[in-house]
Amino acid sequence: MAKEQGIGAAVKRKEDLRFITGSGRYTDDLNQPGQLYAAFLRSPYARADILDIRSEEAEALEGVVAVLTGVQMAEDGLGDLPCGWQVKQKDGSDMVSAPHPPLAVQAVNYVGEPYGIVVADSIATALQAAELVTTEFRELDPIVDLVLATDSERIHADVARNLAYDWELGDAEATDAAMQRAAHVTRIEITNNRLIPNAMEPRAALGIYEAATEEHTLYTTSQNPHLERLVLSAFVQIAPEHKLRVIAPDVGGGFGSKIFIYAEETAVLWAARRVGRPVKWTASRSEAFLADAHGRDHLTTVELGLDAQNNFVALRVSTRANLGAYLSTFGSSVPTYLYGTLMAGQYRTPNIHVEVSGVYTNTSPVDAYRGAGRPEATYVVERVVETAARELGVDPADLRRKNMIPPDAFPYETPVALVYDTGNYEASLDKALALADYVAIAERKAEAAGRGKRRGIGLACYIEACGLAPSKLAIALGAGVGLYESGEIRVNPTGNVTVFTGSHSHGQGHETTFAQVVADRLGVEFDAVEVVHGDTGRVEFGLGTYGSRSIAVGGSALCRAADKIIAKGSRIAAHMLEAELEDIDFADGQFQVRDSNRSLSLGEVAFASYVPADYPEDLEPGLSEKAFYDPENFTYPAGTHIAEVEVDVDTGVVELVSFIAVDDFGHVINPMIVEGQVHGGVVQGVGQALLEHGIYDDQGQLQTGSYMDYCMPRADDVPDLVVDATVTPCPHNPLGVKGCGEAGAIGAPAAVINAVVDALGTNDISMPATPEKVWRALQG
Amino acid sequence: MYPFNYHRPQSADDALALFKAAEDGIYLAGGQTLLPTMKQRLAAPTDLIDLCNVPDLRGIELETQAVSVGALTLHSEVAGHEGIRSALPVLSSLAGEIGDSQVRNRGTLGGSVANSDPAADYPAAIVGLGATIHTMDRSIEGDDFFKDLFETALNPGELITRICFPVPERAAYQKFPNPASRYAIVGVLVADFSGEIRVGVTGAGPCAFRASGIEQVLNADLSPESIDAVEVPESGFNNDLHASAIYRAHLVKVMAKRAVADLLN
Ligand SMILES: Cc1cc2nc3c(=O)[nH]c(=O)nc-3n(C[C@H](O)[C@H](O)[C@H](O)COP(=O)(O)OP(=O)(O)OC[C@H]3O[C@@H](n4cnc5c(N)ncnc54)[C@H](O)[C@@H]3O)c2cc1C
Repeated sequence: MAKEQGIGAAVKRKEDLRFITGSGRYTDDLNQPGQLYAAFLRSPYARADILDIRSEEAEALEGVVAVLTGVQMAEDGLGDLPCGWQVKQKDGSDMVSAPHPPLAVQAVNYVGEPYGIVVADSIATALQAAELVTTEFRELDPIVDLVLATDSERIHADVARNLAYDWELGDAEATDAAMQRAAHVTRIEITNNRLIPNAMEPRAALGIYEAATEEHTLYTTSQNPHLERLVLSAFVQIAPEHKLRVIAPDVGGGFGSKIFIYAEETAVLWAARRVGRPVKWTASRSEAFLADAHGRDHLTTVELGLDAQNNFVALRVSTRANLGAYLSTFGSSVPTYLYGTLMAGQYRTPNIHVEVSGVYTNTSPVDAYRGAGRPEATYVVERVVETAARELGVDPADLRRKNMIPPDAFPYETPVALVYDTGNYEASLDKALALADYVAIAERKAEAAGRGKRRGIGLACYIEACGLAPSKLAIALGAGVGLYESGEIRVNPTGNVTVFTGSHSHGQGHETTFAQVVADRLGVEFDAVEVVHGDTGRVEFGLGTYGSRSIAVGGSALCRAADKIIAKGSRIAAHMLEAELEDIDFADGQFQVRDSNRSLSLGEVAFASYVPADYPEDLEPGLSEKAFYDPENFTYPAGTHIAEVEVDVDTGVVELVSFIAVDDFGHVINPMIVEGQVHGGVVQGVGQALLEHGIYDDQGQLQTGSYMDYCMPRADDVPDLVVDATVTPCPHNPLGVKGCGEAGAIGAPAAVINAVVDALGTNDISMPATPEKVWRALQG
Repeated sequence: MYPFNYHRPQSADDALALFKAAEDGIYLAGGQTLLPTMKQRLAAPTDLIDLCNVPDLRGIELETQAVSVGALTLHSEVAGHEGIRSALPVLSSLAGEIGDSQVRNRGTLGGSVANSDPAADYPAAIVGLGATIHTMDRSIEGDDFFKDLFETALNPGELITRICFPVPERAAYQKFPNPASRYAIVGVLVADFSGEIRVGVTGAGPCAFRASGIEQVLNADLSPESIDAVEVPESGFNNDLHASAIYRAHLVKVMAKRAVADLLN
C-alpha cells in the first residue's frame, strides 16, 4: 500500500467525485415503479384538541389514493415513538415521558405536528388534497415560555408541572459548603439559544411493501439505519426486524437531526403498506424548520467559587432545558448525561453540582444537535470562568492555566462521573495563544480604536466526551441501547476488500477514512478497499454516526476485524509455507516466514481460503471476519479556541476577524477531512454565537421558519480559520483516536461571545449577539 | 404551486390584453419574488403573464443628465453596465448589492419597483434620485410612487415600461443588510443635485420615503456631522425580530452619515 494513502495521509475523498458531479444517490433521487407521494396534515396551532377531521372532499380529488390519520394508525396497532434514554430523577423515580403517537390522535402540541398523511399520485395533488381536509380544532392556550411552563396548565395529562424530570449530578452538600467558604463567587445567568439544524438535504423517506413476502423497505435520511429498524420493530411495531430493511443511501448532512426516529418516516412506511404501493415524501424547507428536532434552548444560572489564590473551589449549575412538546429519541439525555458530566471542563474544580429541569413546552421537540449537551456545558464553564477573570481583574488565560488539570494527573476522575483518560490542556492553550499573538492584543485593540472599532479577544478551553461509551455504563445510566459498533472485513477471493461498518456517513467521508484504516492495517491498496454502510440488509448491525463516535468506535471495530483477518491469514500462510504459526509475521500485506524469503501476499492467502486445496484441515474456508467493539471509556478531545472580533460602535455589528482552533483529537487518520470537520463545526458555532436563533412567538408560531428570518452563517461571515493540533493519543482504543466532528461547534460559541464581551467591556451578552443587541449594550 | 395558465406575450399591448382577459392575472418578470410566493402556495394567480419576450421593456439609454432603464433590465445588467457605471455609479453599486448572483441574474428593476418590498434597495434610488416611472400610459414621479407596504401608485394591470433616473453631481448609497435575508434593514441614498440634496430611505418604514429632516440639514451643511443634530422619529417605522423601530431610526442616521462621507470622498 502506498504510504501516502494510509493512516495520517490527506487522501482526497473517494465520495466527492460522485457528490460534486451530481451523481450522489440521496433518498429523493430514488424512485420506484408505481410510486405515490405523501403530504402531511400538520397542526397550525401550538396547542389544540382535534375534534373532527373531514376528508371526503380531499379523497374525491382525482389522483388521491388515501387520507390517513393518527386514528387509523392507532387502529393498525402502531405504537408510540419512544424516548431512548430513561433519566432518573433526584428522588430516584423515572422521568415522566408523555405518549408520543407518530401521528397525533386527540391533541396537537406544536405547530407543524403531523396528524395525518395524504397519499396521491403527485406531490401537487397530495398538497392540494391536504388543503382540502378540514379539521376542527379546539384551540388551547399554548405554553411556550420556558420559565412560565412549570407554573402553567399541563400539556400532557400525566405530566405535572410540565416537568419531564428534575435531575442532578454531583455532591450538592459539598458544593454548597465549598461555595460558602469561597473568597469570591462569580454568578451569571446564561441563555443558550434554540437552534434549527438545517441539514442541506431535508429529511426524506421512501417506503416500499412487498405483499408477497411481507418485506418492508424504508429508504430514508438516517444517521443510524439499524437503530431506526430496531425502534420501528420493537417499539412502533410496524414490522418484525427480519421483515424490515432500512437503507440510508447518501445522506446530505444531519448534525444530529437525522438520528431520531420521526413521525413522517414511520407514517410513510405504514402508508405504503396500507395502500400497497411505494410512497415517497421529501420535506420542504419549511417543513424542516417546523418539524426537525431543534437544538439547545437552555436557561442556566451558574456560580463559580474561587479561593483567595484564585483556585476554583466549587461550581454550581442550575439549568432549565426546553425539551419541546415530546421527548424525542435522545432528547432526555442531551441536557443531562451529555451536559452535566462535562462541567469540570479542563479544570480541577473539586466540588461540582448540576441540576437540570427538563421541561415540556408547545414547541418542536429538542434533541441532539452537533455537540449535543457539550457545547452547552462548555458555554456555561467558559463563560463563568471568563467572567470571574474580569471580576477579579486577572488575565483570563492565566486563570484558566492556573486551574487546569495538569498533564501528569491522568487518568483524572472528575466530580461529575467521568474519568478523563489523557490530555495536555496547557499544550493546546500555549499553542493557541502563540498563534493568536495573545501578548500583542493591547496593540491591536489600540489600532482598532483608531479606526472607531472595539476589538476583543476570547478564549474557550473546551473538553468533550466522545465515542459514547462503555455500553454497560450507558445502560446503567438509562440508555436503551448498547453503544458498541460493528465492523466486518471481507477479503474477496481476488484480494480486494469489502468493509462493512455499522457507523454511517452523512457527509463525514467514511468511505475514505475507513478505507485508509483498513488499507493501512491490511497492507492493501487504498483503492482496493470499498466501504459499505447504511443498509440493514448488508451490514449486520450498527449504531450509526453521532457524538463524534465513528472513528473511535467504528474504526476500532474494523481494527479488531483486521486483527482477526491477519490471525486467520497467518494460519493459512503457515500451512501453505510449511512453517510454524509463531514464525509467521505480517507486514505490508505480506505473510512472511521470519528470517526467510518465503512469503505470501494477503491476496494469495485469500484466494487459497476460497479455493482451499492446500489448506489447514481444521480451518473453515473463507477470509471474512467481524468484530463488535465496545469502548472501555469515552474519548476526550479537548483544545483551545481563540476568537478575535471587532465591534462597529455605530451599528453594533460584530465582525469575526480571526479564529484559531487548536484541538487534540489524538491520532488523526486524514488531516484534510479533520480540518474540514473543524471548519464546519466552528462555522456552526459562530452561527450560534452571532446569527442563528429559533424564535417562537407567544402563540407558539415559529417566527424564524425560513432563511429570510433564520440566519445561517455564510462564507463571508467568517475569516480564514487557523486550525492546528496537539496530540495525546487515546490510550484505550487501537487507533489512539478521539473524534473530531463536534469540537468546532463546542468551542466556538464561548470563544466568540467571550471576545464580544471583551470588546464591549460588559459582563454579558446573550446569544446570538445580533447588531441591535450589541448596539443596545453599547448604549449602557 | 397551484395550477395556472401560462402566457408569453410578444408585446406590451398583448400583455395588457391578457391581463384584462384573465380572472386573476399577474405579470412575471424575473420571478424572484413571485415564484417563491407561488411555491409556498401564498399566491394563486389564474394566469401568469411572462414578460420575458416583450421587447419594449428592455434596453438601457444614456441621456444627457439622465439614465433610462427598461423595466426588464436585470440587476446584474445594471451592476455591470459600463455606461451606468460611469454616468450613475451609485445605481450600479446599489444593484450589485442586491441579493446574490443568482438573484441578480434573474431579478429585474421593474419587478423590484412594482413589488415595493419595504426592504428592497431600488426604491431608495427611486425616491433618492427623484426617478420617473414610465408606464404604458403615464409617468409617475418617484416621490408619488410608493404608497405603503407592497403598495404603489400602479393601477391593476398597469405595466412599468422604463424608469428614468436623473443624474446627480454625486451620490452614495449605504445599506445595512439584514444578516439573514441580506435585504436592507435600512438603506439610505444621498444625492447632490448641484447643491440640492435628496435623501431616499428604504427598509425603515412600510415603503421608501425621503428623509426631509436630513435633507434640510444637509442642504445647509453637507457634512456627516450635521446629521447628528437631526431627530429621526421612529414612529411608524418597521419593528420586527431583526430590528426595532428605535434601532432602525438610529441606523437611518448612521447610514446617512456614511453615505455623506462616501459622497464627499
Ligand atoms: C434570495 C433573494 C435575495 C434577495 N435580496 C434582495 C436584496 O438584497 N435587495 C432587493 O432589493 N431585493 C432582493 N431580492 C428581490 C429581487 O430583487 C427581486 O428581483 C425583486 O424583488 C422582484 O423582481 P423580479 O424581476 O424577480 O419580479 P417578479 O418576482 O417576477 O415580480 C414581482 C412583482 O412585480 C410585478 N411586476 C414585475 N414586473 C413588472 C412590470 N414591469 N410592471 C408592473 N409590475 C411588474 C409582478 O407581477 C409581481 O407582482 C431578493 C430576492 C431573493 C429571492
